Amino acid sequence: MADVSLDQSLDHHAATVAARRHFLTRFVIYGLLVVFAAIYLIPLLVVVLNSFRDQQEIARNGLISLPRSFRLEAWGQAWSSYCIGGTCEGMQRNFYNSLKMTIPATIISTAVGAMNGYILSKWRFRGSEALFTCMLLGVFIPGQISLMPWAFILGNLGLSNSTYGLILIHVIQGISFTTLFCRNYYVSIPDDLIKAARIDGAGFWRIFRKIILPLSSPILIVTVIWQFTGIWNEYLFGVVFTSGQQQPITAALVALTASGTNVRAYDVMSAAVLIGALPPLLIYLFGGKYFVRGLTQGAIK
Amino acid sequence: MSNHDLILSTPAPARPWRERLGSAMPLLVLGPSLVASFVYVFVFTGWTLYISLSNSSLLPTYGFVGLDNYASLWANRRWNIAYNNLFLFSGFYIVGSMAVGLLLAILIDQRVRGEAVWRTIFLYPLAVSFIVTGTVWSWLYNPTDGIQAMVRGLGWTNFSFALASDRHYAIYAVIITGVWQSSGFAMALFLAGLRSVDSDLVRAAQIDGASTFRIYRKVLLPTIAPIFLAVAVIQIQFAIKTFDLVAALTKGGPGISTTFPAIYVYDLMFQRGQIGEGAAAAIMMLAALAVVLVPYSFWVVWRRRKEAGHG
Repeated sequence: MADVSLDQSLDHHAATVAARRHFLTRFVIYGLLVVFAAIYLIPLLVVVLNSFRDQQEIARNGLISLPRSFRLEAWGQAWSSYCIGGTCEGMQRNFYNSLKMTIPATIISTAVGAMNGYILSKWRFRGSEALFTCMLLGVFIPGQISLMPWAFILGNLGLSNSTYGLILIHVIQGISFTTLFCRNYYVSIPDDLIKAARIDGAGFWRIFRKIILPLSSPILIVTVIWQFTGIWNEYLFGVVFTSGQQQPITAALVALTASGTNVRAYDVMSAAVLIGALPPLLIYLFGGKYFVRGLTQGAIK
Repeated sequence: MSNHDLILSTPAPARPWRERLGSAMPLLVLGPSLVASFVYVFVFTGWTLYISLSNSSLLPTYGFVGLDNYASLWANRRWNIAYNNLFLFSGFYIVGSMAVGLLLAILIDQRVRGEAVWRTIFLYPLAVSFIVTGTVWSWLYNPTDGIQAMVRGLGWTNFSFALASDRHYAIYAVIITGVWQSSGFAMALFLAGLRSVDSDLVRAAQIDGASTFRIYRKVLLPTIAPIFLAVAVIQIQFAIKTFDLVAALTKGGPGISTTFPAIYVYDLMFQRGQIGEGAAAAIMMLAALAVVLVPYSFWVVWRRRKEAGHG
């Protein structure tokens, strides 16, 4: 009898120890996750809150404090009336510049990449693998190597200080990436499908339209997201090859935050930073799955 | 009718033009990209290499001066600071973001609730530009408005956190921000790796009574070792190309304490009109990349061959 009860209590004891340990590890796991999440989210939160705070309140209480005021004016100023380097039009022009640069460059480089990928995976010829490897080298070349040649070429084409010049650069630079992505995806489409279509008399374009394209949406979404974020966020070429009103938003942001000589208008600058960060952030939030897929694919291959 | 007859009676063209065009189509479509990539990779690099060997100052000129630009580059104190910074930054940045990334990946791998939410939080900095990150963190580091001001406001009036404005420590401000930006990337890759490990391996270890810690150390982490290398190589690339982050965060300062090779190239080429030496610095960046990437790609090819041989 006594034995049995001892046994039971031991069992009971062991169970509570295990439960307590389980609870403790869960507590540590979630605790750490919360701490890191705070470290990641606080900078974003600080910027969002400050874009709605009153500038005087920020000056008094610092950037990191609970908001005691709420106003929307900073957003309006950042968008259309704040002065950067003498012109007082806010960020809107630079925002449009970035759109005018990013959308065409993304579409063109993705389309070209899809065609290249299709050819390099389904229409292989002698030496095509070697050519593919050469194209891949473009992924690794640092932008600094191409600055002087681009300056010369853009100057001769009359495209210096223009959005079109930047589109050209981003298309040429992007082709290596988009080709790599699409080629690695198309390789997994069975060759038999293509062979059967060819026997039925379908040609190069028909196979692309009827077989490849309908299967392409995952990789096209990944490529578009990757290219859009990359080009939107690019800074080096923007700051080197454009100035003032022609600058994309990244370059304008640096000019804006550098220009504050007296009191730093943190409220307006916060709104401006968010305007610059919003398009890629929205894409990330709505296309997160594809964003991560592009990341892991681009990295592992 | 007569037209039809004519074609039938003409013996010469074995293949109609459409078919011939059809077989040349792949090359026709690929051609422009090949030419563009060839120009971009080889002509541009050769061009910059040539400028680096010339006496170009404000504009490219083509008087050959041999390795003079490289000599004056390596004699320059600022370049040496940039180079040292690159080593310091690369080391801490890679180890830091891999450590944080691995920790986050393992935490998320413990069947936590709301996995997608955690992942989204840790990875979002990657969607945002280095310019945005650098700008915001420069505010946080600002002693009068940022973290230091906040802690002092809470009562610790002697608290000091002025990393970015101290020439000895500003590089660590860049490192912290870099780790913040990219450990999510390491996490995503590690997590993908952990998930791809054969679950039978883990189950076998569990049956043997191995603890979770032991399973990670002995089974999971060794299996995803190649991913460690891949992450490290990608981050070295980021480090060598670091430009935007520093431009927005410290502008290379205070003084010249956070100069990086990429910043130096930009400065020489576009602020000081020393194109020749700037090109030499750009070539040094390319050389640094090659030192990392060439052995790595050989290793990857070798490993694939080996796997193919076994499989």
